[in-house]
Amino acid sequence: MASDSTVVLLGERSEIKPRPRGEAQRLSPGRFALVTITLFTFAFLYVPIVVLIVFSFNSARTGATWQSFTLQWYERVFNNPRILEAAANSLIVATLSTFGAVVIGTLMAMAMERYRFRGQSAWDGLLYMPVIVPEIVMGISLLIFFAAANISRGLLTLVISHIAFCMPFVYLTMRARLADFDRSLEEAAQDLGADEWVTFRRITLPLLMPGIISSALLAFTLSLDDFVISFFVTGVGSQTLPVYIWGQIRRGITPEINAISALMLVLSIVLVIVAQLIQRRQRA
Amino acid sequence: MVATPDRIGGFGSEGWVIPEAGTLSEYAVEMRDVSKVFGDVVAVDHVSMGIRQQEFFAMLGPSGCGKTTSLRMIAGFERPTSGEIYIDGKAMGSTPPFQRNVNTVFQSYALFPHMTVEQNISFGLEMKGLSRSEIKRRVGEALELVRLPQMAKRYPRQMSGGQQQRVALARALVNRPKVLLLDEPLGALDAKLRKEMQMELKTLQREVGITFIFVTHDQEEALTMSDRIAVFSKGKVLQIGTPLEIYERPTTRFVADFIGETNFLEGTVQEVNGEFASLIVDGGRRFVGRAMDGVRPGVTAVISVRPEKVQLVEQPDSSPNCYEVQVRSIAYVGSDTRVIVMLGNNQLDVWEQNTISTLDPNYFFKPGETAWLTFKPENALVLAQ
Repeated sequence: MASDSTVVLLGERSEIKPRPRGEAQRLSPGRFALVTITLFTFAFLYVPIVVLIVFSFNSARTGATWQSFTLQWYERVFNNPRILEAAANSLIVATLSTFGAVVIGTLMAMAMERYRFRGQSAWDGLLYMPVIVPEIVMGISLLIFFAAANISRGLLTLVISHIAFCMPFVYLTMRARLADFDRSLEEAAQDLGADEWVTFRRITLPLLMPGIISSALLAFTLSLDDFVISFFVTGVGSQTLPVYIWGQIRRGITPEINAISALMLVLSIVLVIVAQLIQRRQRA
Repeated sequence: MVATPDRIGGFGSEGWVIPEAGTLSEYAVEMRDVSKVFGDVVAVDHVSMGIRQQEFFAMLGPSGCGKTTSLRMIAGFERPTSGEIYIDGKAMGSTPPFQRNVNTVFQSYALFPHMTVEQNISFGLEMKGLSRSEIKRRVGEALELVRLPQMAKRYPRQMSGGQQQRVALARALVNRPKVLLLDEPLGALDAKLRKEMQMELKTLQREVGITFIFVTHDQEEALTMSDRIAVFSKGKVLQIGTPLEIYERPTTRFVADFIGETNFLEGTVQEVNGEFASLIVDGGRRFVGRAMDGVRPGVTAVISVRPEKVQLVEQPDSSPNCYEVQVRSIAYVGSDTRVIVMLGNNQLDVWEQNTISTLDPNYFFKPGETAWLTFKPENALVLAQ
């Protein structure tokens, strides 16, 4: 039926006379302003990133002048044990905190979606407070908390903190998923002899999987990119990549930093695209 | 068009398991004084009824009348607030759905979207721990039964509503439950398919010999398919009976009104004489009909008469229910002519069957004309308010 109406719409549209060419090309002042502002906005957003990537291939050691194309900075990145260690830390923290955030966030979303209890909307509000709380506030409060609890800073504190700020994003994504979930499917499974656990494993979990994967990718990206909170809770020898980069920048920006940044950017973009694709496929 | 008997013969090596008559309790399902309260809403209000073995039983009523809640309590999705449900003589208490020998066909079908038709139908058998070969054989037979043998590898979203409906049916029946619960299963189908499926379901039920409990708000559907009907209203069961009983002898005004069309005339009972009672309606006219429960002289009551049981004649006859009326409008609908007449301030529907083939336009009454309305006392019911 949707396709029928599309056909009708297209049919109607094709009957509208195309504008004469000259008229379309002439720019009115309003249109000119619009185009200019749009171009500037995009330039503002993307030129720095493009420059960063371009200069990661520049053979000049310093400065803003282009010399020649090289891959040596990438080579150095991959041969620098401190960078590799920071990258490994980042991946470990991102993996563990994604796992923790997805498990807790999903179960929490299920509980909030399915049960009605007193003070529920207050709990609901508290659950996504961390999205609103300024990162620096969260970083400082976590630092004070770990100090008070006498937990020495390291990978553990990083993982706990990352779970804390990733969890609300998982929770929000899964709430939206669960709102569309047809509970009669679970009833049908139980009706056919499946107990609660089998129902969860065979019906609920597979049907929620696209949502779980996309929220996991989101959490992974957030964890990987996080600097502010990580900066407060990181310890000696447990620096993540963003914290390491910040440390290096204090001694000046090197093309090596450009190369790491470009790599992180590519990884983040890939993860976000994959998450989007999964969401879109489920909707189709 | 439904699976032929020789196909059915192949359904499982032992055929459909029908227990020995001696071991059966009288009722497949029994509700004893069951109530269900949600917050401060009483969804089901002290309902008691017994659904007999191998019966096609309909729960009929408008939405929110408690019929679906009753079905869900039998399935085990809801627990009664009070009272007890027995399946095959055993009290269900808090037995979870997955331990009850009943299966449900859901209104939305609730087919698992991530599984093929075959996987959907296998699910219940897998849960029972049957062998792979046994599952394969029974799934094949179930698909034959619902006439979808070539659809095994499809996903539900690749099928039409009618086909999905059959898959849902096969998925439930393949488990050979004691009782099959159907929650408005034809609600989402178009009128033509609906009619087809009604006949098919009825035939299928007779062939498999399983008790069917069917929830519907469509009175015609309930009349066509059921052995017995329970009419629900506001959480209560008003009447249980065969379609004939429900239609011809409704015991309350609600049932008379909900099932089929009827004319009501309100008045005061004058006298009760054996099976019959007379009623004085406003305007002083006296009518006679069968006295139903609670009809005593002096009480307010209605006389209910179906439009097809009323005649229009040119001359008054000997019936006590014969009065002069004004013809208001006429609609020719082929099999019969539907007339609206005015009796004082009361409007009545009269359906005259077209028993004579004629093209004469003056054959029947015309709007504005006067006629005599008549119906026999045994065709009308006097119902207490």
